[in-house]
Amino acid sequence: MNPEMNTKTVQEILVDVDKCTGCRACEMACSAFHSNPKFSSINPAKARIRVVSNELTDEYVPVFAGNHTKSGCDGRHVYTIDGRTYSECSFCRASCPTRDYFIEPDSHLPLKCDMCESTPPLKQPWCVEVCGEGALVYSKREVKREEPSAAALGQIESGLQALMKQHGMEAVIARLKQIGREK
Amino acid sequence: MRYAETGFNLEVDLTRGSCERVATQPDLAEHYLGGQGSAAKLLWDRVPAGTDPFSPDNLLIFSTGLLHGTPLPACNRTVVNTFSPQTNLMSHSLFGGFFGPELKYAGYDKIIIRGKAPDLVYLYINNDKVEIRDATHLRGKGSTETGDLLKTELKDQRVQVAAIGLAGENRVFMATIEHNHASASRGVGVIMGDKRLKAIAVRGTRAVNVARPAELFEMSQRIHQKMAGSSGCGDWMAVDEDDSFHHNHFAWGNARTRRPGYWNKELQDRWTKLKYDNMDRQTGCYNCPKKCRNVIKMPGGPRFGYKCFGKDTYHMAAFLELDFSYEILGVAQEYGVDSYSTPQVIAFALELLEAGILTDKDFPGMPADARGRFFYLLEKIVRREGIGDILADSVSHAARRIGNGAEAFDHNTTKKFEQLPIKLGKLNPAYFLMIATGEKMSITQIEGSFPQDPLPTEEQRQEFVNKWEAVPNEKFKQYFLNWKKRSDISDEATCDIVDWNEAMHYIDDSLGFCGFVSSFRGQFGGDVPYHMNNIPEAIALATGMEMDKPKLWKNFQRIRTLVRAVNVRRGLRRKDERPPEDHWAVRDEKYEQELLSKYYAFKGWNSDGIPTRQTLEELGLAYVADDLEKSGILEPAVEGSR
Ligand code: SF4
Ligand code: SF4
Ligand code: SF4
Repeated sequence: MNPEMNTKTVQEILVDVDKCTGCRACEMACSAFHSNPKFSSINPAKARIRVVSNELTDEYVPVFAGNHTKSGCDGRHVYTIDGRTYSECSFCRASCPTRDYFIEPDSHLPLKCDMCESTPPLKQPWCVEVCGEGALVYSKREVKREEPSAAALGQIESGLQALMKQHGMEAVIARLKQIGREK
Repeated sequence: MRYAETGFNLEVDLTRGSCERVATQPDLAEHYLGGQGSAAKLLWDRVPAGTDPFSPDNLLIFSTGLLHGTPLPACNRTVVNTFSPQTNLMSHSLFGGFFGPELKYAGYDKIIIRGKAPDLVYLYINNDKVEIRDATHLRGKGSTETGDLLKTELKDQRVQVAAIGLAGENRVFMATIEHNHASASRGVGVIMGDKRLKAIAVRGTRAVNVARPAELFEMSQRIHQKMAGSSGCGDWMAVDEDDSFHHNHFAWGNARTRRPGYWNKELQDRWTKLKYDNMDRQTGCYNCPKKCRNVIKMPGGPRFGYKCFGKDTYHMAAFLELDFSYEILGVAQEYGVDSYSTPQVIAFALELLEAGILTDKDFPGMPADARGRFFYLLEKIVRREGIGDILADSVSHAARRIGNGAEAFDHNTTKKFEQLPIKLGKLNPAYFLMIATGEKMSITQIEGSFPQDPLPTEEQRQEFVNKWEAVPNEKFKQYFLNWKKRSDISDEATCDIVDWNEAMHYIDDSLGFCGFVSSFRGQFGGDVPYHMNNIPEAIALATGMEMDKPKLWKNFQRIRTLVRAVNVRRGLRRKDERPPEDHWAVRDEKYEQELLSKYYAFKGWNSDGIPTRQTLEELGLAYVADDLEKSGILEPAVEGSR
């Protein structure tokens, strides 16, 4: 059987660390957009993007909030790129117990970049919108993806049935939703 | 809820070791905005006129601008005020970067520091948690080095640090407070050092709320976009490699020698190569789309950043080339000294040596070459060793301490403060008034809105005014249209122009805007993103206060007049309001004094430059008038004569 072809949208923010001026306009805008009501308060600590900067070492790395992890890592690797040194933490997107970064300062819940989910959708994410330097570039493209075959669908179906029997439908759906969000 | 401001100050007493979060009066911003405006009020209220700058009773105030922390771009200038031992007047200093906004996110509009710590300490502010901590392990550390050490010590790369270097620790008058690659000059580092405060580290994770969110954000984005795409704001000198302007027109050495044909193509190519071979990148300040700071790392030297004329002062004072500035700027940044006044102090000392007023005995072991001599003297000054101890008191005080004719070499100060090394031919009336009466001490902090020079043809002038959004009043367009020769302009126009120039700085310095997008930049091209016609709206949307142009102008007048009163109470008078005698080759004492009198009258000040009771009352400053009368500075008004 021929796999059916359809498309899905892939959104990406391309980061050029060499172009970053360290201005943190991205943090400002992200926190403003996610405040309630929208734009009513500014607090870079609530932004889902963090610009890791170190003037002494000329390090400027915008990092997006990724998944939460329950335990911090013990590795402290140091990378040298183009003669500049970066700690492993500089690139890490996780909110973790070792640092209070990407943790909502009031509720202590982890923060995560949502690419500025909005109805109607934004033209481009706010952090990109305010990055005058082009250190952040938004790209949205349609990629073809293969639909699973009927046989594969059948397998998934029976697998899910079994899971639902064991854990209940709501638990399975909730988990799937979470996985979907994380992806 | 307060909007835009937090409504709290942090009061620190270093003698008692106490820190207190204190609510501010709700209507203060209405009258004094924030930043320098409300700081002037504190200095007036709390520091008695006779207070020695080195007394524990002197205050050192770090202020956020009223609009710091809001979405408005390029609003990040932290304001530092105190009383300066150099001028004995109010010190006014600014620095860019991230400190002020961070302080506001920590929940404070100001840090007000009094007293003196027994030994070196630093202040750690993490939202509500405020501690005075031992800093003896940071003694002698460089200023940005200190920032880095504190980030490691506090295990938080997000803290923002303002620190002094060795110069501040040793109470050098030219000492700065450094923050990343930004620097607060003009007499504040010395007081921070005197208070034994090595650094302030701030981290804030609180929100700043705004009154009318959607409208303010829309306005902010409009301005952000305008800035990003505009050549009318930011520091064009960061990328313009043709620096003939400063090198051909400003004076070299101890502000003496002009070298009109100095600049040439070969030099420009060589220096451009030097710059790009050693430049990491250009950086900007908090929430600003411009990138005015060139960040340089010379092999073996510390990384440093510079803006504007800052890259020229050392090599021009030493008659050397750009490579010398690049070599010394990083060192000077770590010591924390002002790159405008320090080179002049060093050049002044070398002139005294040449003139035989100082001798080789005063400079034991000094190298023979200019490069070596500058480094030698920089070391002596920041350590206050030998002759350096005298020079560390700035040109004016050093000249008096050295005596023996040295006073005549103190030729480029006003109110005892080193001025830019500008020596010109014919008197420029507006510049005469600005340098004479300015209380921000440097012309760069006074000039800026009205163009420096007229345009040659009527068409060009017309075209300029057609696009000129920034004018607070149509009369400025007329002044510009009718202006053909630099010094040929009516006294009335001159007074208005100086007043407008000043107004924008006082407004910026109270709101927190950077001069490169407002007060300093309009003179070059006229196309600034912030001006009298949109700032009132920005204030209203952010704070919820009612604000319009007349009200904002009155705020400027109130703050300006209060600053004058603060200084008048410490002795400032007409006799002090003199630009350097050789600033222009051709002078006209009679005309200058007439112009000064007219300007005083225009400002509502008496013939000695003291605000009159009527002026003070109109501005809601009757309490100032009462005080000035009580202390005999103003003649008490005769009953019924008002
Ligand atoms: S807005 Fe762009 S240039 Fe500015 S800090 Fe963020 S990524 Fe860097
Ligand atoms: S894409 Fe949106 S949510 Fe994600 S960091 Fe940027 S502004 Fe924040
Ligand atoms: S215009 Fe330049 S100096 Fe001013 S805030 Fe922006 S980057 Fe900083």
